[in-house]
Amino acid sequence: MTPLLEADTVSFGYGARQVLRTVSLTLLPGEILGVIGPNGSGKTTLVRLLSGVLAPSAGTVRLAGRPLTAYRRREVARRLAVVPQDPTIDFPFTALEVVLMGRAPHLSALAFPRARDLAIAREAMARLEVAEVESRPLDRLSGGERQRVLLARALAQEPEVLLLDEPTTHLDLRHQAGIHDVARALARERGHAVVSVLHDLNLAALFCDRLMLLAGGVVVGQGSPEAVLTVDALQQAYQTQVYVGRNERTGAPVVLPLPRR
Amino acid sequence: MSVRAPYLTPGRLTATTAALALLLLASIVGAVLVGPVPASLWRALGQGGTSSADYTILFRTRLPRVLLGAVVGGSLGAAGAALQALLRNPLACPHLLGISGGAAVAGVLALLAGADALSPLVPFAAFLGAIGAIVIVTLGARADGRTTPHAILLVGVVFNALAAAALMLVNTLSSYLQAQGVLFWIMGSLSTQSYTLVAAAAAYAVAGLAWLLRHALDLNLLAAGEEGALQLGVDVERARRAVFVAASLLVGAAVSMSGMIGFVGLIVPHLLRLLLGPDHRLLLPASFLGGGAFLIWADTLARTMLGPAELPVGVVTALTGGPFFLYLLHRDLRRALG
Repeated sequence: MTPLLEADTVSFGYGARQVLRTVSLTLLPGEILGVIGPNGSGKTTLVRLLSGVLAPSAGTVRLAGRPLTAYRRREVARRLAVVPQDPTIDFPFTALEVVLMGRAPHLSALAFPRARDLAIAREAMARLEVAEVESRPLDRLSGGERQRVLLARALAQEPEVLLLDEPTTHLDLRHQAGIHDVARALARERGHAVVSVLHDLNLAALFCDRLMLLAGGVVVGQGSPEAVLTVDALQQAYQTQVYVGRNERTGAPVVLPLPRR
Repeated sequence: MSVRAPYLTPGRLTATTAALALLLLASIVGAVLVGPVPASLWRALGQGGTSSADYTILFRTRLPRVLLGAVVGGSLGAAGAALQALLRNPLACPHLLGISGGAAVAGVLALLAGADALSPLVPFAAFLGAIGAIVIVTLGARADGRTTPHAILLVGVVFNALAAAALMLVNTLSSYLQAQGVLFWIMGSLSTQSYTLVAAAAAYAVAGLAWLLRHALDLNLLAAGEEGALQLGVDVERARRAVFVAASLLVGAAVSMSGMIGFVGLIVPHLLRLLLGPDHRLLLPASFLGGGAFLIWADTLARTMLGPAELPVGVVTALTGGPFFLYLLHRDLRRALG
């Protein structure tokens, strides 16, 4: 099976400062990879490299077997969608207009959305429980609603690969779980590959098939949640004391910080 | 808050554009009939009317002027709408960014170098001046290969002041007769009796507007930011270049025909965005038609208010536009705080 998304010994630096060093990952259809790590470990830079917004200084990112640089931007947008960390849109576009922007890579420059495009956009909005706010300007919605509208936009792109950059920052418990339920359902039903950058290690343990632990721009752990979320690895990466237990209901690891004494 | 449909349909685009086109047409007819000297359309169009004083006033003096107002106002309105989207800043406009200033300086230099005022060389020089201003402003706002809309606006304001000072300098150094010409560039005026000039301006305007419309969807997607637009499939660099060139074409032509007229490119798109929503497939043509109508009536006020004396039209656009804009700003501010 060809991997949908592949990073082959990718490095990147801003000027002299090296942000990521020789990072490699492989994502098969239907897989959910969680990227975790402390602040400044290079997680967001990795998302930018994987979406082609930044070009690696060394190494190659491949989408469906072809280097990302061999695609035109529109072709990339038909196959790969990003949900940004900061869900803001300039000017008072309505929620539905924002979700319809996800159909743009599938339409010619002057075309209006067809009935099919509208159906896809509205289905995505219903799935994320934002159908009722479709005619409200995005800047009038709550942070959580905005984030779900932007995930609906990504779904409307009908991508094979979904990159989520800390998608749960503005969400309450119910919607934190909800977004990942949707991501998981897409991976299972349609064979999407998902990369989710997460701060919350417990969410990562619950919803991801595999985890990648970044620290200082280097991969310090990769594998199943049980294999990556160990006391030693986490204390090393986060430079703080942690407790790792087990979720009685799901069996997934549970991580809690410990007070420094 | 205005309630509007959740997205733009082809039907709404057609209906709104047609309504605004009618408004522009009615403005052209209405403004031609208004003036300090009474003139009768019936006498002008009647038997042997072409040799009447009425005909001369209506069709040789007023109509070319009103048509030029429509084209110049339209060009500034559409260019303003596009620049606001590109720089992701509702305060951007050709005037504030120094693009009009760059066009005026280049146009004046072409005149001083001996170009005939009616030759196509002047608008071309102004177009180059507008592009030059944009290049200087974007390069000046660039650090480490990156620019922000905020930096572009700041550098634009400074460049605008420099261009105004350069014009004043030329004004002081040139002889009295030339100075009258330079003053026209600074104050702005629509007085013309040449249909050729109007046709030339219209040709530039149509080309610039068509070019902008090709990138209307890109401008919508740029609301997600440069990174967001890239991730939605926009070739951001290419779109930015195209919009800059098209806007320069519009601004260069407008400034070379009428000097620097402020506020049209700022207020018209802002107001229409509030009324019609931010989709540029509608906002660009609407700003063109609305800008034309706005400038026609501003100029009608300018030439009748103190009639037979004339106010510079830029004074009227600033006096009507300024307070309105302050009101909008204040409303936005209140909304943002509360």
